Amino acid sequence: MRGIFSVTVENRSGVLSKIAGLFARRGFNIEQLTVGETDDPTVSSITIVSEGDDRTMEQIEKQLNKQIDVIKVRHLNALHSIEREGVIIKVNYTRSNRLDIMEICSVIGAKIVYMGTQSLVIEYFGEPEMVQSLLLNLRPMGIQEVARTGELALQKEQK
Amino acid sequence: MITGAQALVNGLRDQGVSVCFGYPGVAIAPFYDCLAQQTEIRHILVRTEQSAGHAASGYARMTGKPGVCITTSGPGATNLMTALATAYADSVPLIAITGQVSSQLLGHDVFQEVDTTGTAEAFVKYSYLVKNAADIPRIIKEAFYIANSGRKGPVLIDVPVDIQKSSFKEYEPGEINLRGYKPYTKGNSVQITKILKLLDKAKHPLICVGGGVILGDAISEVRQFAEKTNIPVVSTMMGIGVMPKNHPLYFGMLGSNGKPYANRAVLKSDVMVIVGARVADRAITTPNNVEKNTTIIHIDIDTAEIGKNMGFTIPLVGDAKYIFGEMLEKSAEGNHKEWIEELQEIKKSCVDPRVFHDEYVNPCRFVQILSDKMDDNAVYVADVGQNQMWSADNYITKRGRFLTTGGQGTMGYSIPAAIGAKLSDENRQVVAVCGDGGFQMSMMELGTMRQHHVPIKIVIIQNNYLGLVREYQHKTYHDRYMAVSLEGSPDFEKIAEAYGMPYYYLEKNEDIEKTVDEFLAEKGAALMVCRVYELDQVKG
Ligand SMILES: Cc1ncc(C[n+]2csc(CCOP(=O)(O)OP(=O)(O)O)c2C)c(N)n1
Ligand SMILES: [Mg+2]
Repeated sequence: MRGIFSVTVENRSGVLSKIAGLFARRGFNIEQLTVGETDDPTVSSITIVSEGDDRTMEQIEKQLNKQIDVIKVRHLNALHSIEREGVIIKVNYTRSNRLDIMEICSVIGAKIVYMGTQSLVIEYFGEPEMVQSLLLNLRPMGIQEVARTGELALQKEQK
Repeated sequence: MITGAQALVNGLRDQGVSVCFGYPGVAIAPFYDCLAQQTEIRHILVRTEQSAGHAASGYARMTGKPGVCITTSGPGATNLMTALATAYADSVPLIAITGQVSSQLLGHDVFQEVDTTGTAEAFVKYSYLVKNAADIPRIIKEAFYIANSGRKGPVLIDVPVDIQKSSFKEYEPGEINLRGYKPYTKGNSVQITKILKLLDKAKHPLICVGGGVILGDAISEVRQFAEKTNIPVVSTMMGIGVMPKNHPLYFGMLGSNGKPYANRAVLKSDVMVIVGARVADRAITTPNNVEKNTTIIHIDIDTAEIGKNMGFTIPLVGDAKYIFGEMLEKSAEGNHKEWIEELQEIKKSCVDPRVFHDEYVNPCRFVQILSDKMDDNAVYVADVGQNQMWSADNYITKRGRFLTTGGQGTMGYSIPAAIGAKLSDENRQVVAVCGDGGFQMSMMELGTMRQHHVPIKIVIIQNNYLGLVREYQHKTYHDRYMAVSLEGSPDFEKIAEAYGMPYYYLEKNEDIEKTVDEFLAEKGAALMVCRVYELDQVKG
């Protein structure tokens, strides 16, 4: 099972290493990790995507909560949260694959943001699944480099 | 104006610290210079930093307040790590103050620099690397609060030497504001009622007590609850002391080194309340078997303990003293006559298969007589190894305390911890019981005892082996002994003499009473060697 944890923490030095260390020590997976500031400069937000059975997910949540620098932990599930990921992709560009690339981009809604003589850079921000499918479809063109934000997630309004 | 070092000393004094344990060095010199200019806080110079941590642990466990230990940077700090890990595993509140190289040199690998907070990360409850002297008053206040609330544990404060020297205007701790830390949960009353119902219906209820009952000051509540409801009790090693040894409801220590009848009681129970215990591998070796037949109720102050080692349990997070106080009040009187009789039958049928060599002292008898002859409120500090198992198994609980390290099993713990315990209350009798291996890990602390006049009693259970490992090699590797002989041990009588301590040697069962009497009657510190047969076993 995959779990997404949206964690708000004190914006202090060393906090990220405490969180990462916790995952390493206890043998929890980190599939993706995203860190950023929030609108409150004393608070940072960390989104962690992990994988494991129910018991592991429960332990992750509890161990995160135990950290003194952790202010709040939300264990998100797909139904009740908004998940997004951003990506920029540098892909080989030739006369023969040009139309294919444009078609893929327009179907998925990605934008070409740079055009060189032999490569293009494409940007996309959307559902994580669509990021995967964009990458999958561009792969035959020859992907040179990829940079991803990692998954970002927020909880929807609670009913 | 006030310096960082002065702020550290002020902070300790504000927290009511009267004793600290440490070892100086240049990176902590400004702090020591401030200690020199006051009299409220006594400093005990140990002989290695690990002992500073263990002594602070013994002190903390007796007073219920954090113990304070101090080291310099680099090797001073790394020497302390074992003690921090030991305290962390046993949830003992400590404040460790370590000197550090100058803040502008951090990360440059200069002389005696180690990443102390990074090194200790896995076994402190929280740590600070101080960047501003003006933060020190708040940090000290927070550190004591964190260490001694919720699930207790060590907190580390690493202070670069330039920060100790730098000055700031006003000593103002301010309010504690830790928005991510809410350690106080009383215990949900709906859940308490549910648990009482379950226990009421149970045919074979059982309570398993752990060290958390002692840390949470809940001994009398738990005992009274067991008595009112007539529910039998077993204990983990850290829970020894909650129930008197001869209590009719007490069925001993469970686990791989415990009593077979305690383990049978666990397997036969239909509802078991585990309180203040991690239920780690040494206590319950086959959690899956237990889960199948037993409804498990797990009460702990630390949510993360619940469900960590055991699968499905009925959780109750909160303070054991409060919860058992409530349960005591709300519960009906119980009668489990048949179940208790059944357990008593099982207990009777468990004959001890061990034969102790009568040429030397029987360690079980020795511990019984020693603990019985000790003052009612005395402190018994058990080290690690076979001697620890014999101690745990035979210690007679009265109003005293049994201290040992269950979580890490750190050899050498007993002597420094006993020093700390003694300094918490000079009127209490304190006895450390260790193996001949463990003794040699902390032997240098006889110097600390002599220098600071700490009159503890030390017993060495001498078998000339690292006995517990030898026993393991006997069973697992068919007597292919490797690195377990302690040949080359010193003449302990001469060691005692060198430190000016009276010395007792006991090697015959018939002399136990007399020798123990004389030994305990000593006014000052004393050393006793109790010679046991080399191949005596913990298990049959
Ligand atoms: C610091 C440390 N090192 C190693 C061990 C592993 N160990 C556990 S018991 C034991 C033997 C202890 O020997 P001794 O102190 O003589 O006690 P005995 O078992 O003989 O009573 C050892 C080496 C340990 N627990 N702690
Ligand atoms: Mg030995």
